[in-house]
Amino acid sequence: MKVNTRPWLLGGALTAIAALSLTACGGSGSAETSSSPATEQASPAAASGGSLTVWVDANRQPVLQEAAADFEKQSGVKVNLVIKDFSKIQEDFLRQVPTGKGPDITIGAHDWLGNLVNNGVVQPVELGDKASEFQDVSIDAMSYEGSTYGVPYATENLALLRNADLVDEAPKTFDDMIEAGKEADTEFPFLVQVSDVGDPFHAYPFQTSFGAPVFGTDDTGAYDPADLQIGNEGGVEFAKWLAEQGEAGTLKTSIDADIAKEKFVSGDSPFFLTGPWNVEAAEKAKMNLAIDPIPTAGGEEAQPFVAVQGFFVSAKTENLLAATEFLTNYIGTEEVQTELYEVGNRPPANKAAFEAAKSDETIASFGEVGASGVPMPNIPEMAAVWEFWGVAEAEIITGKADPAKRWKQMTSDIEKAISK
Amino acid sequence: MTKTAPEAPPRHSDETKRKLSPAAQRFANASSTSLGSILIKIIVIAIVDATAVFALFTAIGREAWAIASVIAVITVLINVVYFKKGWLPAKYLLPGTIFLLIFQVFVIGYTGYISFTNYGSGHNSDKADAISALLQSNQERVEGSPGYPVKVYSGDDGLAMLIEREGQQLIGDGNDALAPVEPASLGEYTELTFADLLGRQQEVTSLKVPVSDNPADGTLRTSDGRTAYQYTSSLKYDEAADTMTDQKTGLVFKDTGVGAFTADDGTQLMPGWSINVGFDNFARAFTDSSIRGALLSVSVWTFAFALLSVASTFFLGLFLAIVFNDIRMKGRKIYRVISILPYAFPAFLGGLVWAGMLNKDFGFVNQVLFGGADIPWLTDPWLAKFSVLWVNLWLGFPYMFLVCTGALQSIPQELSEAATIDGARPFQIFRLIKLPLLLVSVAPLLISSFAFNFNNFNVIYMLTEGGPRLEDAGLNVGATDILISMVYKVAFVGSQRDYGLASAFSIIIFVIVAIISIISFKQTKALEELN
Repeated sequence: MKVNTRPWLLGGALTAIAALSLTACGGSGSAETSSSPATEQASPAAASGGSLTVWVDANRQPVLQEAAADFEKQSGVKVNLVIKDFSKIQEDFLRQVPTGKGPDITIGAHDWLGNLVNNGVVQPVELGDKASEFQDVSIDAMSYEGSTYGVPYATENLALLRNADLVDEAPKTFDDMIEAGKEADTEFPFLVQVSDVGDPFHAYPFQTSFGAPVFGTDDTGAYDPADLQIGNEGGVEFAKWLAEQGEAGTLKTSIDADIAKEKFVSGDSPFFLTGPWNVEAAEKAKMNLAIDPIPTAGGEEAQPFVAVQGFFVSAKTENLLAATEFLTNYIGTEEVQTELYEVGNRPPANKAAFEAAKSDETIASFGEVGASGVPMPNIPEMAAVWEFWGVAEAEIITGKADPAKRWKQMTSDIEKAISK
Repeated sequence: MTKTAPEAPPRHSDETKRKLSPAAQRFANASSTSLGSILIKIIVIAIVDATAVFALFTAIGREAWAIASVIAVITVLINVVYFKKGWLPAKYLLPGTIFLLIFQVFVIGYTGYISFTNYGSGHNSDKADAISALLQSNQERVEGSPGYPVKVYSGDDGLAMLIEREGQQLIGDGNDALAPVEPASLGEYTELTFADLLGRQQEVTSLKVPVSDNPADGTLRTSDGRTAYQYTSSLKYDEAADTMTDQKTGLVFKDTGVGAFTADDGTQLMPGWSINVGFDNFARAFTDSSIRGALLSVSVWTFAFALLSVASTFFLGLFLAIVFNDIRMKGRKIYRVISILPYAFPAFLGGLVWAGMLNKDFGFVNQVLFGGADIPWLTDPWLAKFSVLWVNLWLGFPYMFLVCTGALQSIPQELSEAATIDGARPFQIFRLIKLPLLLVSVAPLLISSFAFNFNNFNVIYMLTEGGPRLEDAGLNVGATDILISMVYKVAFVGSQRDYGLASAFSIIIFVIVAIISIISFKQTKALEELN
C-alpha cells in the first residue's frame, strides 16, 4: 500500500492512456469505412505495391521474418511484423479493428473465432481447392457458420508425457497410471496443472472419457449451442470422480502450470499431462521422454481438445488481395509450414508438411493423440462455459462442494448464461 | 532532549542577490531582459506549433473534426498567451490547464460517455461497420461451384474479369454479366499485372461480376486476383427501409433501436453496433438482482478492505515509529532501514511473491511455518480476505512508519515533559497530546491513503485475482474483489466484455470516493481548527 500523494493525477494519467487507446481517434474511424475507389488510387501506399501489417507473437516472429522477406521479393509487398503478447492479441484486435488502426492480418487461436465474427472484425478467406491441403480438423476449427476464416498453420493438443526411466510402459487407464506412478515411488504419482480456479482444458480428456462432451454436434458436425451435453449423466460421474481424485490427492488445486512443469522436470513424477509447449523443458532436462495417449478414466476414449492456430484477416483491411496472396499462396504452403513447425514444435496444419514433420517422434506422437481429439468449440457460447466450468471443478476437487449438486448448478448457470 | 530552535530564515534582501555566482548572474540578466529569452521562447513555441500543425493535418486527413478543432484552439491559445505582453498568471497556468483538460476532464467525460452506451462484445463499432461485416461474412460460395482461373482487365467501364469456361472465354464487369468475348476484341482492355492489382486492391476485391442476368446465380469475386469463385449472399440489405433480409428463410431483421438488427421473434444478427442506451447500465447495476448482489457485497468488502488497511498499517506504523523514536532503543537506525524495506519492493511483485508463499501445498507459510499444514490461505473466502489484508499490511506499514516518524519528530518534546511533570502516564500523554497533534498532520494522508486503498488493484489482483469466486453472483467476481478489480473483470476478462457497464461502475466508484473525500477533508479542517 503505497500512498501516492497525488492519486488523482496518476490515476487520471493511467485512465487517460487507457481511454486514448480505446478512442484511438474514435472520431476518425469513420474515415476508413467508406473509402471510394478514387481515394484509394490516390493513396501513395497502394500505388507502391502496398504493405501488410501482421501481428505475431515473439515465438513465431523469427520464421515469419524470413517468410516475409521472401514474400516481399516475390510480390513486392512489404510485410511489417508487429510483435504482440499472444494473450493480448484477441482483445487488442477487437478494439483496434473498428477504429481502422488494426493490422491486416493477425495470428490467433481458432477458439476466438466465434467472438471475432460476432464482433465483425474478421472476414472469410476463400481457400478454394487449397482447403484439401490442410488437415480436416484444422479446417473444421477455422470454420464458423459455413465460412472458413483464416489460414491454419498448426494444431496443438495435450498428451501424456512419461519419464521412461521411471515407468517403462504406457498406461491404459487412469488407475493403471496412478498405480504405476505409486510404484515408481516419486513425490507425485501423476502431474497435471489444476490451479485455484480450475483448469477444465487439462481435465477435459478425462471428462470425455466419461462420455460428457461440452456441446453436442449438429448434422454438419458443427457444435450446437442448444445441445448442452456437459451436464449429462457422464458429467455427473466425472464430477464424482473429480471429488475422489481430490480426496486421494492425485489432483491438487495448489499445482499450477509452473509447479507441475518444475516437478516433472526434476523427476518428481513419472507422468505429466501437458501440451507440446512443455516438451522442450523436459528434453533440456535430458530425461528419457515418451509421449503416450491419454489414459481413460471413465472407460470411453479420452479425447483432448485440439486447438488450431492460424492467421485471420481483418474485416477492414485495405490490402485484401495482398493479404490473401500472403496467406493462401505463402503461409499455407508446405515449405513455410515446415519452417513454422521447426520453431514452434507443433504439428503443422498443412498435410504435406505434417507428413514430413512426422519423422520427428514428438510431433508424430502428439499428432496421433490429436487425431483422436475434438476441436475446441469456437462458438461464442463457449465463453459462458469457461466462465463457470473451472471454478466448479476446483470447488469439487477441494471438497468444498458436493460433486453432483455443484455440477448440476454449474450446468444450469451455463444454460442461463447462454440463453441470455 | 531539548530541541534547538530553528534557524531564523535568511533575510530576503539585497544580500541574497549579491550571493549569486557570476554564471547565475548572467543567466538571470539574460532571462529577465530580452534577446536570449525571446529566442528560446520562439524556438519552443515554434516546436509546439510545428507539432500542432502536423497533428492538425493528420486529424483533418482522417476527418476527425472534433480533434482537429481542439488542437487548433489550443494552439492559438498557446501562441496568444505567450506572445502577449503581460498575462503572467496565464503563462504559468496554461500548460497545467491543458494537461488537466486532456488527462482529467476528457477522461472522466469519456468514461461518462461510454457508460451511457452498450459498447462491448458484439457492439464494438458503428452501424456502417456492422452492416458491411454482416454482408461480408454472409457471402457464401455456391456449393460445388468450381474456382475459375481469372484475369483482371482494365477497361473504359472500370475493371473486368476474364474467365474461361468450357473452352469459351467470358468477360464481365461490375455492371454487365459474364458474356462470351472474341479474343480480338480484347484490345480495348489492358491486362493488369500483379503489381497493378496490388495498386488497385480495393477495386479488385470489391469487384462483383454477375454470373448471369439472373441475380440468384450470384456473383463472381476474387480475393487474390488469380481465382474467382461464385458467391451468393444470404443477407440482403435494403438501404431505404434499413432492414436486413435473410433470403433463405425470408426473415426480416429491423433496426429496432437496440443496437443490432432484430427480427420480430427476437433473434438478432451479430455483430451489432454501439448505441446510446441512456441510464440502462446504471439501472442494471442497481436493479439486475445478480449484478446488484455482487455490487453490494463487493462494495461492503471494498470499504472494509480500505478501512482495515488504513487502520492496520497506520497503527503498526505508528507503533514502530514510537518505538524507534525512543532514545532508549539501541540500533534504531538499522531497525528503521529494515522497516522501510517492504516499501522499496514493488507492490506488484510483493503480491506475486506472497501468492507463492501462501500456496496451500507448496508455499513457505504452510510448509515451514505451519509444519506442512493444509491451510487454504487463498481459496477460503475468509482466509483469502485475511491474507489480502495481511499482505497489504506488510506492504503498507513502512509508509505509515515514515510519515509518523516525521510527524512525531515535529512534536515538541517539551509538551510531553510538561505532561510528565503534571503526573500524566505515558499512555495518557500519547492519547491526549501526541495523537491529536499527530493526526493534524497525518489525517489528510490517511484520507488519501483510504482513497488509494479503495482502488488498490495491485494487491488484490496479484495475490488472489479477486478469488475465490462467489458462487451465486451473475458476474465473474470473487470474495476478495474490490470495486476496481470488479470493473477490470467486467471490462477486460473473459470474452464477453461490457465496457459500458464497466464505465458505469467506474462512475459509481468515482462518486463514492469523491463524497468520502469531501466529507473527510471537511472533518480534517475541523480538526485543524481545534488546535
